[in-house]
Amino acid sequence: MDMKVAKKLGLKERYTMMTRDLAWDTTFQPMDKVFPQVGYEGIKIHDWDKWEDPFRLTMDAYWKYQAEKERKLYAILDAFNQNNGHLSVTDARYINVLKLFLGSTPPLELMAARGFSMVARQMVGAGPRVACMMQSVDEYRHFQTQIHSISNYNRFYNGLDEFAHQQSRMWYLSDGKSFFDDAITAGPFEFMVAIGFAFEYVLTNILFVPFISGAAYNGDMAAMTVGFSAQSDEARHMTLGLECIKFMLEQDPDNLPIVQRWIDKWTWRGTRKLASVGMMMDYMLPKRIMSFKEAWEIYFEQNGTALFTDLARYGIKVPKCFEQTIEEKEHITHQSWIGFYMKPDATPFHTWMPQPEELDWLSEKYPNTFDKYYRPVYEYWIEQEKAGNRFNNKTQPMNCQVCVSTIKFNEPGDPMEMCFRETEYKGEKFHFCSDHCKEIFEDEPEKYVQTFISSHAALQGKCEPEGTDVNAHDYRPGARMHAYWRMDKRASGDFNGSEDQKNFAKWRAQATRN
Amino acid sequence: MTSNAFIAFQKNEETRCIVEAIVEDNPAAVVVDQPAMVKVDVPGRLVIKRATVEEKMGRDFDLQELQLHLITISGHLDESDDEFVLSWQR
Amino acid sequence: MSMDLRTITIEPLRQTFGHLARRMGADKPASRYMEGTMDLQPVENYHYRPTWDPSHDIFDPTRTRVTMKDWYALKDPRQFFYGAWTLARGRMQETATADFDLAEEMGLAAGYPADGKAVVNQVLLPLRHVAWGSNINNSYIAAYSYGIAISQATAYACMDQLGIAQFITRLAISLDEIDALAEAKQAWLKAPAWQGLRHYIEDQMVMDDWFELFVAQNFALEGLLFPLIYDKLNDRLNAAHGPVMTLLTRFQREWYAENVKWVDAVLKAAAADNPANKALLGEWIRAARQRSIEVLTPVAELGFGAEGAAVLDEVVQQLDARAAKAGIPL
Repeated sequence: MDMKVAKKLGLKERYTMMTRDLAWDTTFQPMDKVFPQVGYEGIKIHDWDKWEDPFRLTMDAYWKYQAEKERKLYAILDAFNQNNGHLSVTDARYINVLKLFLGSTPPLELMAARGFSMVARQMVGAGPRVACMMQSVDEYRHFQTQIHSISNYNRFYNGLDEFAHQQSRMWYLSDGKSFFDDAITAGPFEFMVAIGFAFEYVLTNILFVPFISGAAYNGDMAAMTVGFSAQSDEARHMTLGLECIKFMLEQDPDNLPIVQRWIDKWTWRGTRKLASVGMMMDYMLPKRIMSFKEAWEIYFEQNGTALFTDLARYGIKVPKCFEQTIEEKEHITHQSWIGFYMKPDATPFHTWMPQPEELDWLSEKYPNTFDKYYRPVYEYWIEQEKAGNRFNNKTQPMNCQVCVSTIKFNEPGDPMEMCFRETEYKGEKFHFCSDHCKEIFEDEPEKYVQTFISSHAALQGKCEPEGTDVNAHDYRPGARMHAYWRMDKRASGDFNGSEDQKNFAKWRAQATRN
Repeated sequence: MTSNAFIAFQKNEETRCIVEAIVEDNPAAVVVDQPAMVKVDVPGRLVIKRATVEEKMGRDFDLQELQLHLITISGHLDESDDEFVLSWQR
Repeated sequence: MSMDLRTITIEPLRQTFGHLARRMGADKPASRYMEGTMDLQPVENYHYRPTWDPSHDIFDPTRTRVTMKDWYALKDPRQFFYGAWTLARGRMQETATADFDLAEEMGLAAGYPADGKAVVNQVLLPLRHVAWGSNINNSYIAAYSYGIAISQATAYACMDQLGIAQFITRLAISLDEIDALAEAKQAWLKAPAWQGLRHYIEDQMVMDDWFELFVAQNFALEGLLFPLIYDKLNDRLNAAHGPVMTLLTRFQREWYAENVKWVDAVLKAAAADNPANKALLGEWIRAARQRSIEVLTPVAELGFGAEGAAVLDEVVQQLDARAAKAGIPL
């Protein structure tokens, strides 16, 4: 906007004229038919005009700044790829971070894109509608730039090639899929709490800030650029999530218990989802930037406390799971890595035993738990590996009916005991990883009986590759999971001895001598 | 205890000036350097003033340009033509 | 250790992702549009049914009566993934903004003749609400359509329409006619000339079938409205008052010329998939075309007086030609 106009109209007035002044209350069709979804969750909104727009970007400014970001980003990606930048990363183990990331993150960004389009259509107020649709296209940006930045790695390393096919089939991607499927099948306000608030505001910093700094630390300019560039949109997304919470709470006191239940539920679901991110930080980055525990303290405990102290004036309490997550921050990354290490045939990325100095780093970062509970496990497995007996668990895991993680976390207060809960609903038994997941189920059993758990579905013959004859005399359900996943054998197994390891060493050698 | 409001930027020439402006306008600011990123914590309320940034940069600056460099924020946001405020006090 | 990574040549293990190799052959890298679009939407193993629509899956091809062997045949000929789209729009807004600045600095906007301003206030300014309606309707398609090819292009179209509504608002600000925006909104809500169009747009807001909405909104209504206003009315204003209006509506004109290529390609691909689609699209177009003509007639009369119907008829011919070219007999 030019200066003359800017002087006449302030930012707020100008933005009002450019957004909510465009909208009108329909009269030829009733408003509740045009916006049919805003009532059924029980949230009461009396005045949509009370919505405060935090960022006030008109489309001309949006396009101007986003175009500048994209220009820079793709210039860096092109240069990185032209210069064989993949060989400048610290060590080939790092590439497994990208495999985990590509499988788990872009498909969820895509769900966010579609979910925000849905909410953008359903919100009555022009303010939240515009912010949601802007976030929707930003999410398109994120999954596309993520795929584009990793695409070149796919040409040289195994395990990245079938992410699109695996997103709905791979067992360990099911927790993220269920998280977003759960959010998108909820109503528009719950979606906003789930994704806009719990995920974006409370948890996303843990996912991106350490991941991106980790990429930078490990020489991956492509992922670093994409990550930071995406993160520049996140500030907008976070303010949208926070604004939505405040808006609901200010509109009607009856909204408080509903919002509180959603905050409890989604903070917990997000925490479970982040276990694998923490594992990546503690075990998969060859050069580590901070431990998961440290990141959790800065971005969840400190920042979360600031947030919930602030929201206390509306009557919001700290999420129920808060204390448990503080106890778990010293355990979950180790339990997750152990879980993946045990299944070398079942992931399209490699796992490995930490090197001696890495074990020491873990001891230092986790003084209360690592030497006591986890180092002995690793030392045993390292011995076994040396003896040619690398651990390989071929059994089917048991999964939580709500978060779909494999049941592997410990009983609160007792690290030596596996936490396990069950309940009965309509004559059938359901299993959970925690009290929180059990409670989520019991609040909405009709929803969570539907959860797709591939270890169960496979035994019911629902996970077969295309063309399988289930009537054949030698048919065994679940026997052809690798084909169902389209998993390249070269992508699985231990990192040591893998094709990636050999190729990386060979190509690096070409670069350093004649 | 007052909670921190914070903001983090990608490290580059522009954000060097922005961070300088923040430090000047927020005496309690604490700058935390990390790989490729810089984070500024201020107890309670953090303000970025357009005029100060312009002085540091030697050119006109639109506060919406912050969009290009932001990584994350904490606090309630209030933005006008002249100030970008993050705050836990209301 | 110093490394010269540029000089080494290494043979890639594969050229592209598996889902793209199965589509287009394994021997070449895919474009960024293809990488960012094809086969990415989940199609199976959904965990839960939508609580807001339990009779469908999260993504469900039966939310429209159109059927497709391959939903990714609804490709965008502009190959807009987010980066390409936002760069294109970034350039367009830069030019448009420069035009606004020029017109304002030279006093051409504020000094636009009163007769011309009257036409703009009466005919052009209410169109910001029409663009908002299109924004809502495209966000419905972006939300509930099937496959990323169509959902992303409509998500971008939705933002484009918001941009158009904002450029019309800016036009009023430039002409120093801020008050006219409130009058135009009153006209949109109350004046008889606009009620037919508003009624139609509100009816579109409750259409179930997203593809039918695509036809009604993006093909029929816009296919008549944009040429009527940004070609025909613009020509008339320019003839009377000099070419200033061309500067101040540049974004819309440029956008429309580009947007029709995408809209027509989508219809063409759907019609080519099977005869039932072709018949259905024909039926939808006939109905939407008829209703659009009815509701735009009073708008055309506002802009062109007694000649309104004749001018509208010229743009109807253009629309019919586009349908024929897309392989859809009317």
